Amino acid sequence: MSLEDLREELSKVVDATDIFPRDYQKDGCVLEIRADADKIEAVAEATRDADFFLECITGLDFTNGPQVIYHFNAFSNLSRVLVRVQLARNQSLPTISSIYDAAIWYEREVFDLFGIHFDNHPDLRRILLPEDADFHPLLKDFGKVHAFRSTEEIYDEPDA
Amino acid sequence: MAAAWQKLVNFLGPDLTIIVVGLVGVLALVQVNALFLVWLERKVAAHIQLRIGPKEVGPFGILQTIVDGVKLVSKELITPRHVDRKLFMLAPIAIFLPVLVSFVVIPFSERLHIRDLNVGLLVIFAFSTFNVLAILMGGWASNNKYSLLGAVRSVAQNVAYEIPLLLSILSVLLWSNSLQMSVIVESQSNVWNVFWMPVAALIYLICATAETNRAPFDIPEAESELVAGFHTEYSGMRFALFFLAEYSNMLIVAAVATTLFFGGWKSPPFLGFLPVPGLIWFLLKTYILIFVVMWVRWTFPRLRFDQLMNFCWKIMIPLALFHLIVYAGIIKFIR
Amino acid sequence: MTNQMLEPITEQTYYLNMGPQHPSTHGVLRLFLKLDGEYIVEADPIIGYGHRGHEKMAESHLYEQFLPNSSRMDYLSGLLFNHGYVAAVEKMAGIEVPPRAEYIRVICAELNRISSHLLWFGTYIMDLGGFTPFLYCFDDRENILDILDHVSGSRLTYSYCRFGGVAKDLDDEFISATRQFIERLRSRWDDYHNLVTKNVIFIHRAKDVGVINRELALRFGCTGPILRGAGVAYDIRKAEPYSVYPELDFEIPTGTAGDALDRYMVRLQEMEQSLRIVEQALDRLPDGPIKAAVPHKVRPPKGDYYFAVESARGALGFYIVSDGTSYPYRLKARVPSYGNLQVLTDVLPGTLVADTISILGSIDIVVPEVDR
Repeated sequence: MSLEDLREELSKVVDATDIFPRDYQKDGCVLEIRADADKIEAVAEATRDADFFLECITGLDFTNGPQVIYHFNAFSNLSRVLVRVQLARNQSLPTISSIYDAAIWYEREVFDLFGIHFDNHPDLRRILLPEDADFHPLLKDFGKVHAFRSTEEIYDEPDA
Repeated sequence: MAAAWQKLVNFLGPDLTIIVVGLVGVLALVQVNALFLVWLERKVAAHIQLRIGPKEVGPFGILQTIVDGVKLVSKELITPRHVDRKLFMLAPIAIFLPVLVSFVVIPFSERLHIRDLNVGLLVIFAFSTFNVLAILMGGWASNNKYSLLGAVRSVAQNVAYEIPLLLSILSVLLWSNSLQMSVIVESQSNVWNVFWMPVAALIYLICATAETNRAPFDIPEAESELVAGFHTEYSGMRFALFFLAEYSNMLIVAAVATTLFFGGWKSPPFLGFLPVPGLIWFLLKTYILIFVVMWVRWTFPRLRFDQLMNFCWKIMIPLALFHLIVYAGIIKFIR
Repeated sequence: MTNQMLEPITEQTYYLNMGPQHPSTHGVLRLFLKLDGEYIVEADPIIGYGHRGHEKMAESHLYEQFLPNSSRMDYLSGLLFNHGYVAAVEKMAGIEVPPRAEYIRVICAELNRISSHLLWFGTYIMDLGGFTPFLYCFDDRENILDILDHVSGSRLTYSYCRFGGVAKDLDDEFISATRQFIERLRSRWDDYHNLVTKNVIFIHRAKDVGVINRELALRFGCTGPILRGAGVAYDIRKAEPYSVYPELDFEIPTGTAGDALDRYMVRLQEMEQSLRIVEQALDRLPDGPIKAAVPHKVRPPKGDYYFAVESARGALGFYIVSDGTSYPYRLKARVPSYGNLQVLTDVLPGTLVADTISILGSIDIVVPEVDR
């Protein structure tokens, strides 16, 4: 399935205004999708049907709440897709580990480092830190922090 | 001095004297042999791997083993807390003593033979099965899953490979008509057994490598999988005993191969005119076989355990049986 | 104990811990196995013993200060990680790299890839019980380490790339030593093939062991030789070309069945392809400056960027979120071994314990990069 088809499929799941093309040469992805927490499973299913693999799940911490970033890629040229989910503080989101097995460990890592909870995850325990650790290191209120910003300070609103 | 010696001999009787002297000689031989073989193994391994091996201690590093032995003896004998104490301490002894006994019947030369029992070969194989028991004791008593895995594998492997081992030597026994070691050597006066029973010799060597747990059959002590297998928990002199037993086993197995297939202490067919004593020929052949075993160890990777067992049950045993039947026919025809 | 494994145990099964101290797990990896005799029922790799917090460190260090950290994540492909990180920041900040520097980076990166594969080769066969190829490989690898030491000053964890180029120029000694090394390694392929590839015992240990097909690789996000062994010709150097790879001529070796033997052959062929790349790059090396002029503290514009390179183990990605200052807001290293290791939870059940070593070796992970 080409990227156009993927864009078609995704626009059935999320609003078309939330799908932005990006410049690969500048940013490393060709498409960015902003999704809400409850839409992420549908997005993942769409990418899986398009034969994309899950490359990475990352967390980010901002003053207006954490974000979870998903990167999907395909076994062809220049196909990286970024999915951004903005959460409120202490909000949890559904897991996509029933769709992509790779997500099991990536979501564990996001939980371990950021404290973001994933509903229905088969085995949500810490992966990098010891089991009895009681802190989430990559949050911006832990340890030596250089800057704690809000999303507006970093992202300009992109044109659709 | 000579008078005291004469009194001792009279007191003990001629048979007993030979046995006592023999045992002292055997003990000395076992230690010197282990010394030499460890050095040989390290040098062979090193040269195959494009390096030199021990060279500092003594000329060509020959005293390295003595120094290592001193180190091993000086280490603390750690007994972990939850082991089965009696079995744990018994295992290294159980693995080492039968080896000493086996040396009694090996014909080093025409006269250097401690006891020429008429069931000599049977004694050697009977005592070599103690190996299995001792390994199982060591693995079980260590209270360690890795040791247990190694011990269990070793039992399966040793028991399995004994069958083709014994089948292959049956062909030799058919020809020599006796289990007595000196008679077996005599039966090779015309031609060595290896020249007209090469398959039996090959089967014997492969099974002997498996019996002594040498690579490519060294699963029980597979370093990369089981840390050190059944002797993981042993330290100091106990570990040294396992080591000594392994190298002495190698010597016995090679000595038996020499006796059965390579003519024992007899000189090779065309070199009979050389004034070389039988002992030297025997030792030369034995150590060449040991060198080949070491060469194989450092060349091949290890077989997986089920492949090893498949190899024994599906290939070696049918081959050995077939060989036995064929040679029974041939020998009947010759006689 | 994991949540999944607290079910009642039948008397047949028992737990075995492979690691964290184990001769064959190549790093501090703990494989928590549930065994039934010698068959594995469940496998759970437990990582985190080497977590050093590189990503947290990145948030309070300047971009320049993080450069040594990058090669310590995967110490065997240190230059490849260096290259990836430096190129990511350059792309963000819009820094142009002079062509001579690009070629030098490619040469050193491919030499690094060869040395990583050589070490994998030696340790894989050593885990299977053949102790000798390990020393032959290290002999060849010493050659590479000496060459890279000559130009960068370190043998293993390089910090050779700089924003805008490289730190030091190549000289004739480097070039002649590299050409000699290429000849020498090419003459060794016959040795390696005769000693290992044609060895019946090795083939029995590696053929049909640990089959990872395309579907499994897609589910787990495996990249690198695992994916190529399964038959998918996906290599970041061709799929998302960077540096001067578009100008160089090389192939992507693939396998068919996805077993350990295929992965082994893919890596051996990759080494030969890397030699080709180094040869071509040496022939085409242009003159010119080796470093562009960059500001003292790089300040990339705001936004988030992802940059991917092909490391020795698979697709390495750096995802950097910048807030306009000279300190990154978030730096995430997407390491190939993370997905590659996770596939063990699916591949190991049903195999023998002895095969674990073979499969783990053929997947080629480096645990510090998993733990970061």
